Amino acid sequence: MSGAAFGYFPGCSGLGTSLEYERSTRAVCRELGLTLWDIPDWNCCGSTPAHTVDPVLSAALSARVFAQGARAGIRDVLTPCPSCLSNLRNALEHMEDELFAARVEALTERPLEAGHSVKSVLQVIVEDVGLDKVKERVRRPLTGLKTVPYYGCLMTRPEKIMRFDDPENPQSMDLLLQALGAQVLPFPLKVDCCGGSLGIPVRDSVPRLAGRILELAGELGADMVVVACPLCQMNLDLRQGQIRTRGLDYTIPVPYFTQLMAYAFGLGDEEAAFKLLAEDVAPAFSCMRRRAEEIKAEEARVAALAAQKAAARAGRGAQSRANGAAGGEA
Amino acid sequence: METVLLNGRDDAFIRAVEESSGQVVSRCYQCGNCTAGCPMSFAYDYSVSQVMRLIQAGQKDAVLSSKAIWLCAACNTCSQRCPNEINVAGVMDACRQMARREKKFAVRAMRAFVDAFLDSVKFNGRSHEVGIMALYMLYTGRVWTDVELAPKVLPKGKMPLLPHRIKGRSEVAAIIDRYKQGLSDPELARARLAKDAGEESGKGKEAVS
Repeated sequence: MSGAAFGYFPGCSGLGTSLEYERSTRAVCRELGLTLWDIPDWNCCGSTPAHTVDPVLSAALSARVFAQGARAGIRDVLTPCPSCLSNLRNALEHMEDELFAARVEALTERPLEAGHSVKSVLQVIVEDVGLDKVKERVRRPLTGLKTVPYYGCLMTRPEKIMRFDDPENPQSMDLLLQALGAQVLPFPLKVDCCGGSLGIPVRDSVPRLAGRILELAGELGADMVVVACPLCQMNLDLRQGQIRTRGLDYTIPVPYFTQLMAYAFGLGDEEAAFKLLAEDVAPAFSCMRRRAEEIKAEEARVAALAAQKAAARAGRGAQSRANGAAGGEA
Repeated sequence: METVLLNGRDDAFIRAVEESSGQVVSRCYQCGNCTAGCPMSFAYDYSVSQVMRLIQAGQKDAVLSSKAIWLCAACNTCSQRCPNEINVAGVMDACRQMARREKKFAVRAMRAFVDAFLDSVKFNGRSHEVGIMALYMLYTGRVWTDVELAPKVLPKGKMPLLPHRIKGRSEVAAIIDRYKQGLSDPELARARLAKDAGEESGKGKEAVS
């Protein structure tokens, strides 16, 4: 698929704490031929706080986003953020109920026609663009990089509403990272909660929950934890220093999958935007290069050995043929 | 943990939770799968499955005064794993919404965080992290919350000090104000739907005559 166009909803964190996600997403979509039309004058979806107050309030904030899109002729919306995705998707699902829709309309005073859709950037890249096309674009494969993918809670749960990948053992990011050439380690905590938005009001939650995720990633020998959610990324990366003061022994960078795509596609530092992460990626990339050289040397050794064996076999074959010919003469 | 006497079942409360969440709570058979998978259990007073049982027993006060309904991270693990397909996280959400309406705030910091977030959205049309933190510190008095993170994000331009305000922010503020005025009340919406349907059928009759 090429030349597809979507309405784009960056979400509030794209303007601040997930600037690196935003930049790399736009660059990667451009490379893959996806056109993004920004929804004009979009507003916040209300995130977790709105739906903990009332799903109708949450849906009303999402409904304004869709209405703004509709005014610009946009029906299909793409968002990098799973929390925005979850709210926008839930709003559409709930508004299929007539009473719920009437309650939302009482708040927005803007009727919303049916026929809107919303998908995550990850879903569109894996399902619509396809991994073959991703592979074609790779200029700098991530050979030798050991990664664990971390999906978080909202991308695949609840299954009935999100309708994407497996809710307990998703594979889309695993396969995407493999397409970029990286090694993907099996990671049992890939959909466990990092503490979400409880980091601020319940101070013990994130060090405990995000701490488990980072600790296991470290124990497995991963160079990086690769994420798709701005809130997860903030908890795992920005709060990693806080978590280390509570006993975490590892330092492990936490880039977005789109940053690794930008790097593998050979795009510039501005697009990959690794500098914006709290934990440095440089040591992980030097490990990757060292391993890549080891892998190359090993491949060369195996190839040389195979060539030697083949030559020996060919030599023995010639010898026995020559012997056979000599015997016939006698 | 204190003992809860399961007498005085409040049936209206059970109906209210079911209507608000769209779930049938009597389908819970207490297998405990939700509790086993809940990442926040360590901080709860009642586990998720205990909250479900208290709702079945119509224990309005115990449920709405519990910390658990405020500390739920909304991760949806329980909803995904419930063998009876109950959206358990949706039930927790419904209880928290009800507690808020009844002004029961067992975890004050959670209320402050939610208020700070929505106030930021109301002022700007979008959420603004620095503003949320400032309001949160104001509402809770926890003035040093996460200040050690500032040097990691401020120089990178990842936490703009000023908000990105949208042109339609008054429209967003109006949504939140109308909500606070109770305009999304289901009875009002039902009455309006009935009125619209009446007008439709009235028009139909006129067309026939």
